[in-house]
Amino acid sequence: MNLSSVKELEDLRKKILSGRDLDKPCIAVCGGPGCLAKQCLQVRDEFIKEISAKGLKSKVDIRTTGCHGYCERGPIALIFPQGIFYQRLSIDDVAEIVEETVINNKTVPRLLYSDVEAKQVIEKENDIPFYKMQTRLILSNNRMIDPNSIEDYLAIGGYSALGKVLGSMNPPEVLDAIKKSGLRGRGGGGFHTGRKWEATRDAPGDIKYVICNADEGDPGAFMDRSILEGNPHSVLEGMIIGAYTIGSGVGYVYVRNEYPLALKNVMLAIKQAKELGILGNNILGSGFSFDVKVNRGGGAFVCGESTALMASLEGKTGEPRAKYIHTSEKGLWDRPSNLNNVETWANVPMILNKGAQWFSDIGTESSKGTKVFSLVGKINNTGLVEVPMGMTLREIIFDIGGGIPGGKSFKAVQTGGPSGGCIPENLLDIPVDYERLTEVGSMMGSGGMIVMDEDTCMVDLAKYFTNFLQEESCGKCVPCREGLRRMGDILKDITEGKGRMDDILLIEDLAGMLKDASLCGLGTTAANPVISTLKYFRDEYVAHISDHKCPAGVCRELITYGIDPDNCTGCGLCKKNCPPKAINGERKQTHVLDTGKCIKCGICYDVCKFEAVRKE
Amino acid sequence: MKIDESKLDSIIKKYNNEQGSLISILQDIQVEYKYLPREAMDHVAKSLQIPRVQVFGVATFFKAFSLKPKGKQQIHVCMGTACHVRGSKMVLEELERKLGIKAGDTTQDNEYTLETVNCVGACALGPVVVKNEEYRGQMTPIKVESLLGTKIAKR
Repeated sequence: MNLSSVKELEDLRKKILSGRDLDKPCIAVCGGPGCLAKQCLQVRDEFIKEISAKGLKSKVDIRTTGCHGYCERGPIALIFPQGIFYQRLSIDDVAEIVEETVINNKTVPRLLYSDVEAKQVIEKENDIPFYKMQTRLILSNNRMIDPNSIEDYLAIGGYSALGKVLGSMNPPEVLDAIKKSGLRGRGGGGFHTGRKWEATRDAPGDIKYVICNADEGDPGAFMDRSILEGNPHSVLEGMIIGAYTIGSGVGYVYVRNEYPLALKNVMLAIKQAKELGILGNNILGSGFSFDVKVNRGGGAFVCGESTALMASLEGKTGEPRAKYIHTSEKGLWDRPSNLNNVETWANVPMILNKGAQWFSDIGTESSKGTKVFSLVGKINNTGLVEVPMGMTLREIIFDIGGGIPGGKSFKAVQTGGPSGGCIPENLLDIPVDYERLTEVGSMMGSGGMIVMDEDTCMVDLAKYFTNFLQEESCGKCVPCREGLRRMGDILKDITEGKGRMDDILLIEDLAGMLKDASLCGLGTTAANPVISTLKYFRDEYVAHISDHKCPAGVCRELITYGIDPDNCTGCGLCKKNCPPKAINGERKQTHVLDTGKCIKCGICYDVCKFEAVRKE
Repeated sequence: MKIDESKLDSIIKKYNNEQGSLISILQDIQVEYKYLPREAMDHVAKSLQIPRVQVFGVATFFKAFSLKPKGKQQIHVCMGTACHVRGSKMVLEELERKLGIKAGDTTQDNEYTLETVNCVGACALGPVVVKNEEYRGQMTPIKVESLLGTKIAKR
């Protein structure tokens, strides 16, 4: 079918909707990366088997969806129309759910979310504290659709923003709406999307490109992956609208090679959109033509930088260039090019559907709309959260995230990816927006939020990020290539107890040089983790240097393992598992660890059930 | 090594001999051979009419490419931030000890290749190890033995 007008699109939508019964039971199994790793597909297959065995195949839909966000509780299934949330499922639970909930309209309490504090079980997804405090504008559709079905996307109003734009708006009007909405880039820089579009639109040239940056290279972040895997059409719709506004005929999606499912889903989405005439020549009979190509990234963090990404699209090594001339004038193949990240594109259809005013009412003075964060690390409710800009870090970490596991205390939260900063406890009440995060020495970045507890060593963490960035530095400019290497050497010395007090001054010097003299964003922000940990956790550096102690017990050269005779029961578990055979002792007798042989692998510490292995 | 040029040509043709598709072409070749044979890169340079240095430059710049043959089974240890703060380094070291190789290397019997990856995007499950595309979450050094199976654990 090739839709040749906006009316035909709307007719198709009506036809799809009229064939659907909203009260028909549907089992939506989360197929996000977290649940996949917990074998959710086996659970789904079991549902399919069970539903056919009960002869309900025509009466119940089973949908494999994108990420629902609450990865901690996976595998997850939602039962519609009631909206019942079942968690931590295994194939053994399936028959009971089908019997009790799908057939008898009751719940299975043992599989529901239980609120320990309120001493009650919660049936509905929306009542669970993790979801209740969120504003899920982008992520909520993930659970409603099968990402491989364009009909599902149309059924929830997909491509209606495109229809509105092509049917009733000219490009300046669209541009005006995006500018008024206050939407800013969700990939890191936070540049105003409307201004970016305008610059590319105004740049001279017949051929212009729009690019979707899906090379999510930040370790600890998987927002873009989940949007592209779970709702690829929303990104495509945003791109088509952007291309129409800018006057571009060709677009690229640059997908990270490590995300095969995102790649597969976006390629299928493009194929489906082309078959319907939503993409390609003469879109919906409007005379506007636009095509999208997909490129796989090569696994280089620096390719998140726009000029490096464009070099990579041209088949070259992904080295950035100085931006004396903006990519909006000379980007890909030296043509005007507009690059936005996945989440930014996914915001576009929503803004046009609901209006710029609606969007700009959400958030703070300078930061509008919602932001998706990947809340990970030492936190109870790991997963993806979407909150309005301006929510405080404390609300995100403690109210939504449920605080720190194991009764440990919070130490810091790292935002903004490897070149973000670590924010300490006393700053947790700042609202999350672009400016405030930058003020405290971190940044919004693409939305990674890694929580750390008392067992995380901040010097080790600074070393980790510095080493990461040094590995990922493309090597084109000297400050980044050499500066990060020297900084890594100094941090290594400190974590090994070989640091000197004036090393701190040296690092601060290097940090200033990196910031001032590096060529691209990777280098200019690379010192943020070091600067922010020095600012807020200087005492930890001092402890490493002058006391030769790692307060968190992480830095191997500064700790020793030992067995506490009071707690040791002589069970022999540590002895059995010790790789260098450094533990001796008879059964049911106190064991002894030979520190000379110990390689500090930490296995004894992990396996001991009696807290008898001590780290000092 | 002897390479099948017609196979390479069909990959190159799929991308219309476009120089801009160099990375995609190399990726497809790597899927075929599990690494980039030198001869294949030479052939690509010739076919796309670009200098060999450009092909080698790209092949060595991006992490996705390997110039060394890989083992039958691939083990990727995620070293992302979320996995790092939950102790992925300990897991990697235990794998290195058990396999008797360092990250980036392949065992002598060509069975295992051990590699690190910056982030596999399954941060909620950290530390994550991916064995032949199968994700294993919440890894600890002690779980390494069952990941590898008893055969390896004993050697």
